[in-house]
Amino acid sequence: MENEITQVTDKEISKNIIISARNLNVYYGNFRAVKDVNLDVKKNQVLSLIGPSGCGKSTVLRCFNRMNDLILSAEVGGSILYNGINLYSAEVDATEIRSSIGMVFQKPNPFPKSIYDNVAFGLRINGYQGDMDEAVEKSLKQAALWDEVKDRLKDSGLTLSGGQQQRLCIARTLAIEPDIILMDEPCSALDPIATLAIEELIRELITKYTIIIVTHNMQQAARVSDETAFLMVGEDRAGYLVETGDTQQIFTNPKEERTESYITGRFS
Amino acid sequence: MSSNQAQSSLFPENLRKRKRFGQIIYFLLLSCVLIGIVSLLILLVRILFDGIDWLSWHFLTNFPSRHPEIAGMKSAIFGTIWTIALTGSFTVPIGIGAAIYLEEYSPKSWFTQIIEINISNLAGVPSIVYGLLGLALFVQWMSIGRSVLAGALTLALLVLPIVILAAREAIRAVPDSYRQASYALGSTKWQTQKYVVLPSAMPSILTGVILALSRAIGEAAPIIAISALVYLTFIPTNPLSRFTVMPIQIFNWVSRPQDEFRGLAAAGIIILLLILLGMNSFAIYLRNRYQKQSEE
Ligand SMILES: Nc1ncnc2c1ncn2[C@@H]1O[C@H](COP(=O)(O)OP(=O)(O)OP(=O)(O)O)[C@@H](O)[C@H]1O
Ligand SMILES: [Mg+2]
Repeated sequence: MENEITQVTDKEISKNIIISARNLNVYYGNFRAVKDVNLDVKKNQVLSLIGPSGCGKSTVLRCFNRMNDLILSAEVGGSILYNGINLYSAEVDATEIRSSIGMVFQKPNPFPKSIYDNVAFGLRINGYQGDMDEAVEKSLKQAALWDEVKDRLKDSGLTLSGGQQQRLCIARTLAIEPDIILMDEPCSALDPIATLAIEELIRELITKYTIIIVTHNMQQAARVSDETAFLMVGEDRAGYLVETGDTQQIFTNPKEERTESYITGRFS
Repeated sequence: MSSNQAQSSLFPENLRKRKRFGQIIYFLLLSCVLIGIVSLLILLVRILFDGIDWLSWHFLTNFPSRHPEIAGMKSAIFGTIWTIALTGSFTVPIGIGAAIYLEEYSPKSWFTQIIEINISNLAGVPSIVYGLLGLALFVQWMSIGRSVLAGALTLALLVLPIVILAAREAIRAVPDSYRQASYALGSTKWQTQKYVVLPSAMPSILTGVILALSRAIGEAAPIIAISALVYLTFIPTNPLSRFTVMPIQIFNWVSRPQDEFRGLAAAGIIILLLILLGMNSFAIYLRNRYQKQSEE
């Protein structure tokens, strides 16, 4: 099964695969947390990463924008190919990567600044020269938050509700117009209605962006993603990729029995 | 309910004994607090009583004099303002810079660990030792002279460990999720420090700075070593001027035999306490504002 994935030809990669992991291994000190993951992500699609707790979903996700660099003990082996460049080669600068591959975190984490400044933050630090008001408004509209906050842009981002805060974090990420957005359980701190709002938003965003989302919620993965990758923990406690494929197919007719028992276990 | 009964048959009498013990501890703790507060109150009342009659406008605007009726603290007050302003301008940037380095940049090596341990130790070195160090280092070796600059540099060394420790504490309290959000938007390490970490930590850092400076204001020992002057009839005009500070002026008055000068000393203490009280209130105000901000 691994072979199938690695046999993708270069031509196909350049056609509609925007980013892919090749023989990805992650170590925390001596502990191997992720083992030989190969994964392709198609442009303008949503890929969801599912699997039991501790199987390395967040770890894999953090490889895509090199957030693992910030964890002292973390060591990444293998490569991430993005536009034909290996993100882990020596000449690539992690800071630069992160303005084209954005990230939304599990717990909403707006800065203790105004709503406006939260959205403008990424633009300012990257030296944006255009009309700031316009860019802020556009991003908030894209994140379906504009109507709720347009009269209180000067208020602290921390005064918003949890769901609004998460949409603010999405707006903040959209503002710098990344190619890919990584989301690590973006709805786990939200109620069902706020969750639905974010899910709808994700479906709207894929016309412009590519999204990789980690989720614990099977229904969410089924609703929101085009492709699904299922990870599990092996005997050696290292996470590995069991299978990946069309979301429809993974949920109705998985190739691997382990996938089926995980999914049905969650449903019943 | 049944478990309650089981408990009381298993531990007969136990609860009442434990409760009585708790009562005794409560009164012991309360008396600890009272000992501190009451002795402080007695001290304050004594000083107010002794000094209140000597407080007047010309006490603030006159130079010291052999005649107690016209003696004032002008040179000491201005000396203190000069000293603290200079001390602050050295210790704040250096202290915050060192704290940022130690918290955010330093690799975790044996070298940085030794530095860290030593900073904590330095905070406990007696202040007269700093005075002698300042005398040797600034006054003699760097030949700055017995100037307000030498005094301020000495006090800056003295309170630097306190500022560094407070600033590190403040920086460590900034949630990591802020840093991650900042990095994930493509900011560099320094941008993250400048736009996210420092603004969040600043109120706490300032609280630490003010507390450190109010410690510096009250220090007499190191300044005696540096300045050696107690009777000054001019105010500093530049960093190389000679100077005296309020605690030294107070010390000098206390050591005079005449009763009147002890009244002046008490008046000087009242002024010093008022300044300290003002600084500490400002520190508390900053801390409260910070807490309110982070609760929003
Ligand atoms: N900073 C770290 N240092 C050391 N080990 C870590 C670190 N982060 C994660 N791990 C370990 O790596 C493994 C994978 O963790 P990861 O957070 O990627 O799992 P996950 O699939 O996201 O789990 P969850 O669904 O609970 O979020 C776990 O065994 C975890 O203990
Ligand atoms: Mg996770």
